[in-house]
Amino acid sequence: MPSFPLPPLSPALPEIFLAAASMALLLFGVFRGERAAREASWLAALALVVAVVLVLGGGGPRQLALYGMFVTDAFAVFMKVLVLLGGIFAIVMSIRWNEQARIARFEFPVLVLLATTGMMMMVSAADLISLYIGLELQSLSLYVLAGFKRDTVRSAEAGLKYFVLGALASGMMLYGCSMVYGFAGATDFATLAATLSGGETLAIGPLVGIVFVVVGLAFKVSAVPFHMWTPDVYEGAPTPVTAFFSVAPKVAAIALFLRVMIEPFGGYVADWRQVIWLISVASMVLGSVAAINQSNFKRLMAYSSIGHIGYALIGLAAGSKEGVESVLIYMAIYVFMNVGTFAVILLMRRNGEDVEAIDDLQGLAQTHPALALSLAIFMFAMAGIPPLSGFFGKLYVFMAAINAELYVLAVIGVVTSVVGAYYYIRIVKLMYFDAPKPAFDRPFGAEMSAVLAVTAVVTLFFFIAPSVVVDSAAAAAASLFPG
Amino acid sequence: MAVIVVFAPLIAAAIAGFFGRLIGDRGAQLVTCGAMILSAVLAVILFVDVAILGNDRPTLSLFTWIDAGDLVVDWALRLDTLSVVMMATVSVCSAAIHVYSVGYMSHDPSIPRFQSYLSFFTFFMLMLVTSDNFVQLFFGWEGVGLCSYLLIGFWYDRPSANAASIKAFIVNRVGDFGFALGIFAVYMMFGSLQFDAVFNEAPNAAKETLEFLGIEWDALTIACILLFIGAMGKSAQLPLHTWLPDAMEGPTPVSALIHAATMVTAGVFMVCRLSPIFEYAPDALAVVVLVGATTALFAATVGVTQTDIKRVIAYSTCSQLGYMFFAAGVSAYGAAMFHLMTHAFFKALLFLGSGSVIHAMSGEQDMRKMGGLWRLIPITYGLMWIGSLALAGIPIFAGYYSKDMILESAWAAHSGVGQYAFWLGIFAAFLTAFYSWRLLFLTFHGEPRADHETMHHVHESPKVMLIPLYVLAFGAVFAGMAGYHYFVGEGRAEFWRQSLLVLPENDAIEHAHHGLPFFVPLLPFVVAIAGIAVAYLCYMARPGLPAEIAGRFRGLYQFLLNKWYFDELYDRIFVRSAFRLGYGFWKGGDGAIIDGLGPDGLAAATVGAARRASRLQTGYIYHYAFAIVVGVVVFVTWYLLRSAG
Repeated sequence: MPSFPLPPLSPALPEIFLAAASMALLLFGVFRGERAAREASWLAALALVVAVVLVLGGGGPRQLALYGMFVTDAFAVFMKVLVLLGGIFAIVMSIRWNEQARIARFEFPVLVLLATTGMMMMVSAADLISLYIGLELQSLSLYVLAGFKRDTVRSAEAGLKYFVLGALASGMMLYGCSMVYGFAGATDFATLAATLSGGETLAIGPLVGIVFVVVGLAFKVSAVPFHMWTPDVYEGAPTPVTAFFSVAPKVAAIALFLRVMIEPFGGYVADWRQVIWLISVASMVLGSVAAINQSNFKRLMAYSSIGHIGYALIGLAAGSKEGVESVLIYMAIYVFMNVGTFAVILLMRRNGEDVEAIDDLQGLAQTHPALALSLAIFMFAMAGIPPLSGFFGKLYVFMAAINAELYVLAVIGVVTSVVGAYYYIRIVKLMYFDAPKPAFDRPFGAEMSAVLAVTAVVTLFFFIAPSVVVDSAAAAAASLFPG
Repeated sequence: MAVIVVFAPLIAAAIAGFFGRLIGDRGAQLVTCGAMILSAVLAVILFVDVAILGNDRPTLSLFTWIDAGDLVVDWALRLDTLSVVMMATVSVCSAAIHVYSVGYMSHDPSIPRFQSYLSFFTFFMLMLVTSDNFVQLFFGWEGVGLCSYLLIGFWYDRPSANAASIKAFIVNRVGDFGFALGIFAVYMMFGSLQFDAVFNEAPNAAKETLEFLGIEWDALTIACILLFIGAMGKSAQLPLHTWLPDAMEGPTPVSALIHAATMVTAGVFMVCRLSPIFEYAPDALAVVVLVGATTALFAATVGVTQTDIKRVIAYSTCSQLGYMFFAAGVSAYGAAMFHLMTHAFFKALLFLGSGSVIHAMSGEQDMRKMGGLWRLIPITYGLMWIGSLALAGIPIFAGYYSKDMILESAWAAHSGVGQYAFWLGIFAAFLTAFYSWRLLFLTFHGEPRADHETMHHVHESPKVMLIPLYVLAFGAVFAGMAGYHYFVGEGRAEFWRQSLLVLPENDAIEHAHHGLPFFVPLLPFVVAIAGIAVAYLCYMARPGLPAEIAGRFRGLYQFLLNKWYFDELYDRIFVRSAFRLGYGFWKGGDGAIIDGLGPDGLAAATVGAARRASRLQTGYIYHYAFAIVVGVVVFVTWYLLRSAG
C-alpha cells in the first residue's frame, strides 16, 4: 500500500480554520438550540476576522500546496481579504434583520462560513478539480441561503431558480473542463499553460472547452446573457443574503475568472478576449438600461451589479497586468459601495414591515438626514462622480482598456455609465427633492451605523489615500504574471 | 492725473455696484458724484494744460494686454488734444448728470445700481477716448454699448424698455460688425493696431487694394467705410438710427448723458481720431458727407412731427450728429469736434430741462398734454430757452459758432457733396429752429392741456437738479465764444497739433475763412429766425394751422410721423425674416433634429430599451436556461465559424 505523506498544509491554514470553525459552530448551535443565532453570528464574524488575520499572515511569495491543487500568492491574499470582508459585513448586517424577519437561526452564519470557505478555495484554486470543488461548496451553500426564508414563496422560488440554473451552469463548466482536459491531458494550471502554449492560435477543441468554462464563470458573476437569475434571486432572497450575494461570491468568481483566464489560458488573450468583450459590453448596456425601469430597490441593485461586473470585465478583456490591477481596484471599491447601499436597504423598514420600493426613499433627507447622506454618497460613487471612489474604479478600468487599445470598449463603457448615472442620481433626487414619506423604524442599531459609517467614509475619502488599495492591487496583479 | 480721471469712475462704479446695499442710496450717490466731480476737475486741468497751454504729454502706457506673435496691444492712455477735449467734455457732462440724477431718481428703488451704471459708463467712455490702439478703442466702444443697453433697460419691468434696450444692442451689433471688419482690414494692411504705427504708414497705403466680397477695392477706402459703419451704428446715422429714439425709454439722465452728450458722439470722435487714415480715402469721406447730410435732414423732418418731448430731442440729436459727420467728411474735423463739444452742453441741457418738465408733470412726456407751464416752472423754462437758442444757432449762443462753421466749411469744400451737405444743412437748420420752438410753445405756452390733478402738482425742480443745469447752461452760452479761436479759428493749428490731420488741399476750414459769398454766413441765421417765426405762427398765432396743414398734406404728414417707415421696413425685411429663420431653426433644427435625435430621442430610446429589457425578465426558469444555452451556442458558433474561415 503506497504511503501518502501528509502534504504541507500551512498555505491553506485559513481555509482549514474556517472549515473547522464552521463545524464547531454547527455543534455549538445544535447544543444551544434556536436561541443561539445571535451568539453564533458574532462568533462566525469573529472566525472570519481571525481568517483575515491568518490570510494576511500567510501572505508572501507564491507557494503551491496540496499536490499543486492549491496556491497562495499576493493575488489570493488580496481577493480573500475582500471576500472575508464581504462575509463579515454580511453576517453583521444580518443579525438584527433576521431577528425581525423571524429567521434568526444559527444555520445562517454557518452557511455563510461554509460558502466563504468555498470562495476562498476558488480564489486559491490551481487546478480545474479544486476549482470545481470550491465552486460547488460555495454554490450549494448559496442555494440554501437564497431559500433561507423558506416560508415565503418568493424566497423559496429564488432558491430553486438559483439552484436549477446554477446546476446547468456548473454542468456546462464541468463539460468545458473535461474538454480542456481531453485536449491538454492535464488539469493543473501550470501544466495547462505549458501544454496549450505553442502555435499562434488555439485549436478549436480547447477553445470550445474554454468557452464552456467561461460560460460557467460568467454565470457566477452574473454577466449577460447568463445573468437572468440575478434580478429574481436578488429580489426573492432575504435582504442580508442578497447583500452577501452581491459582494462575496462576485469577488470570488471574478478572482477565479481572472486566474483561469490569465494563468492557464493566458497565452491566448486574443482568442478569448472576443467573448469577454462581448459579455462585458452586453453587461454594461443591460445593467444601465434595464435598471431604469425598476421600482424595487433590490432589483435595481441586481442590474447595478450586472453593470458593475461589465465594467470589471473591461479590465479582464484588456488581459494585461494593468487590466488585472484595475479589476482588483474596481472590486475593492465595489465591495464598500455595495455593502453600504445594502446596509441602507436593510434599514428600510416601516411599521415592522420591509419596504423595498425606490419610492419609499422619497424625502429621506428630511426624515433621516444621515442615512440619506450616506446613500447619496454611495449612489454618486456608483454613478462614478469624482472624487468619490467609484470614479477611480472606472477610471483605472477605462485606462487599462485604452492602453490595451480597446477604444470601442472604453467608449461604450463611458456612454453606459452616463446612462447608468440616471437611475443612481434619480435616487438622490427622490431623497432630497421629493415630499417625505413616513420615517423608517428606529433604532437602526449600533452595528448597522458602524457598517454605514465605515463604508461611507471609505467611499468618500478613497481619493485621499488610494495607494493603500492601488499598491497592493498592483502587487497582487503582478503575482499572476510570472516573470 | 489722467489715470485718476479714467479710473475714479470705475472704482466708484465698483463700490456703488457691489456694496450699494451696504453703503445705502446716499452713500452710493456720494461716492459716484464725488468721484465724477474729482474726475471732471482733473480733466479740465488736463484740458487746459494740454490743449490751451500746449504742453505735450506722452502716451501713458499702463500694461501689456495682448502679446501674441506680431500682435501687441497695450492698455494705454493717449493724451493729445483730441483726447483731452473729449475727456473734459465727457467728464464735465457726466459729473453734472450724476448730480442731477440724485434729484431726478430720488424716488427710484434701485439708486445704487443706477449710479453705478452711470459711473461705469463714464469709465468706458473715457477708456474709449483715451485709447491708443484699435483694440482698446473697441473695448471702450463695446463697453459703452453694454452700459447703454443696461441703462436703456434700467426699468426692466417695462416691456417697452426691454424691447428698446435689445433693439439698441442689436442695431449696434450691425455697426460693430462693420467696425470689427474694419479693424481686421487695418491689421491686414498695416500689421499693427497701434494708432501711431498705422497713421505713419497710412500715406504709403493709399494705392493698395484689397479683395472684399470678391471684388478688388481700394484698400483704405474699404477699411474706412467699414470703420465708418461702426460709427454709423454708434452715432445713430441712417440707416442704423432706429434705436436712438427708442432708447428714450431709459431714464432722462441716461438720455442726456449717453444718447445726447457722449456715447452717440463716439462715432464722430472715431472719424476724427482716424483722420490720418480717412484723409487718404477721399471716397470714404464722400460717403461720410452723404450719410451725415442725409441724416441731418431726415431726422429734422421727423422731429417736426413727433409729440413725445424726449423723442423730439432725440431726433434733434440724430440730426445734429449728421452735421458733425458731414463736417468731418469735408475734412473740417475741428468743426466737427467743436460742434460735438457745444452740442454736448446744450443737448444735455435740453434733455435735462425736459427731464425737469417730465419730473414736474409727474412723468408725462406727451407735449399735447402739456402747455402753460412757463409760469409754474420759470427756471426750467428759461433754461430750455437757452438750450433751444443754442441748438438753433442764434448768435452769441454756442451752437451759432459751431454750426455756422460746419455749414461754411461744407460750402467751402467746393465739391458736389459739399454743396449737397450745405443745402441740406440749411434746410435742416430751418426745421431745427421750427421744431425747437414748437417744443417750447407746446410745452410752456397756451392753455394747460393736462388734467387738474397733474397741473396742481407741477413744481420747480429741487436745487440738486437745477445746479447741474446752470453749469450746462453756462456751457451752452459761452462754450462757442470761448472755443471758437481754438477749435476752428486762428489758434487751431497750435490747439490740435498732431491729433488731427488735414491735408492742405482738403482744408475746408481754411477756405471758409476766406472769400465766402456774403449769404453763406448769413443764411443759417436767417433760416433759424424764419423757423422760429413759422413756429410762432403755427403754435401761438394760429393754433389751428398745423392740423390744417397735416390734413392737406396727409400723406407727407403720415410719412414723417411714422419716421419715413424705417421701423416698419426693417421689421418687414429683417426682424420678421430673422424671426422666421430663428423659429425654423428652433423648431426644425433644434427641436426636431438635435433634440429629436439627441437628448429627447436618446432618452426615449433608452426608456424603450429599458421597457423591453425588463420584459425579457419573464420569471420562467426555462426562458432563463434558454438564454444561457443561446449564449453558449452563439459563442461556440462564433469560434467555429472563425476557425473554419
